[in-house]
Amino acid sequence: MIEFEHLLLLFIATVLVNNFVLIRFLGICPFLGVSRHVDTAFSMGLATTFVMTMTAFIVYFVNTYILVALNLEFLRYMAFIIVIASLVQLVEMFIRYASPVLYKALGIYLPLITTNCAIMGMALMIPLEGYNFIESLVFGFGAGVGFTIAIVLIAGLREKLEFGDVPESLQGVPITLILAGIMALAFMGFAGMITV
Amino acid sequence: MESLFLYAVVSMGGIAAILAAGLGIASRTFEVETDPRVDEVTDTLPGANCGACGYAGCDAFAEAVVEGEAPVSGCPVGGEEVSESIADILDLEAGTTEEEVAQLLCQGGEEETVSTAHYEGVKSCNAASNVGMLEKECKYGCIGFGDCEAVCPFDAIEMNENGLPVVDEDACTACNSCVEECPHDLFVLAPLSGKNHIRCCSHDEGKFARGACDVGCIACRQCVKVCPVDAIEMEDNLAVLDYDTCINCGLCAEKCPMNTIDFYGERVIEIEITEECIGCTRCARECPVDAISGEAKEQHEIDPDICVKCGLCYEVCPAEGAIVKETEDKSQT
Repeated sequence: MIEFEHLLLLFIATVLVNNFVLIRFLGICPFLGVSRHVDTAFSMGLATTFVMTMTAFIVYFVNTYILVALNLEFLRYMAFIIVIASLVQLVEMFIRYASPVLYKALGIYLPLITTNCAIMGMALMIPLEGYNFIESLVFGFGAGVGFTIAIVLIAGLREKLEFGDVPESLQGVPITLILAGIMALAFMGFAGMITV
Repeated sequence: MESLFLYAVVSMGGIAAILAAGLGIASRTFEVETDPRVDEVTDTLPGANCGACGYAGCDAFAEAVVEGEAPVSGCPVGGEEVSESIADILDLEAGTTEEEVAQLLCQGGEEETVSTAHYEGVKSCNAASNVGMLEKECKYGCIGFGDCEAVCPFDAIEMNENGLPVVDEDACTACNSCVEECPHDLFVLAPLSGKNHIRCCSHDEGKFARGACDVGCIACRQCVKVCPVDAIEMEDNLAVLDYDTCINCGLCAEKCPMNTIDFYGERVIEIEITEECIGCTRCARECPVDAISGEAKEQHEIDPDICVKCGLCYEVCPAEGAIVKETEDKSQT
């Protein structure tokens, strides 16, 4: 039971307190790029969540049983990036097969998940924090859910903003950045509530 | 130290090999069948992904071309060479699009129209239209503040003294800016060869239209009746011309009691059938007023009393020189 409580805390901490986008400022590129409509933002969040969870899963094994066991920690970046790249490739193939509409809507941002720093950051944090297998999975999944929440929230705000009377000089990206800043401030309110 | 090197190479190679195998299987499982022409078109494109065509990169443009959404000549970077090779792939002819020019479908300037109000606000058609303040009685016509002149990126539109925009046909590139800008939708893109325009957009009933403007369409239907090719239709008290069907004969402009129709093409004055006639009867069948008579395989004749001189027989005649016509250039008058 204590174990479960610990994992739940870790999950909430990753989703809210240490939100990848709004607190750690990772993955800003898709956060601004694909947040025009709620449904594409949500799909992007799902794709990222899937890639993150799978990455956490594989990265844990690669790190523990290959890199650490063989004293090859210095190859972490290389090993992780090929894992992430292949996973993204797999997701891209699957989405193209399953939903061409979604494939078009995500556009260039789908292959860009590869270079999404949120995923690389998450992968690198696993050995850094010393998470075990279950913790890694929860951490990866939580990071994805946190990303999804952030991107869906801002997409909802931006959809409302379409009807707003934005001053000309702030239209488009500037107002979005201001929005993101205010959201980050709001999420700062969670800071220090859970320390895992 | 050497063993570390060996481990590094083997382990990284191993990871890569496993992932590659996984991807290979996945690519077979999730294979998507695409139109092979899309790939061919993509190969011919410059591949700069510059977006000058208006699509997100060369792939998106190739797909749009194959689906017929984008023009074959849509890639400004590749130019003629690329559009020709795309046309080859798609079995189309490059540059089949006819040149177009913007035409103003209103000629109610300050002189021709009745003003019933005075507008003191921002001098912009869109602003005036938004607050519903129009100086002219006609609520469909040109507002006259020149939003089209301001928006035209090629300086092809100029407001004349009568408060109407004049399009310079040589400078106009049919970019559609004025069509989108005009709050009353008075501009259309018409083929450059079209020399006949119904310059009115008023849906008012005849007596109101006549009261508001000296040159407005009063929906008398004369043009509809006289048109030999049925190119004009009445839509909600307004005569609308179909440019694809119109043969630029100028008959409707002659009939129009309000001078709403602006014709500046070549009007047929004399037309007759010569000895070259092969007697195919095509002209006789096409003639809207049955002015042509004659047996098959014999020379036909036009009855000058019935003939309306529309020139349709000249257009359809398959034998060269069988029908000769004399025309008058109406663009001068």
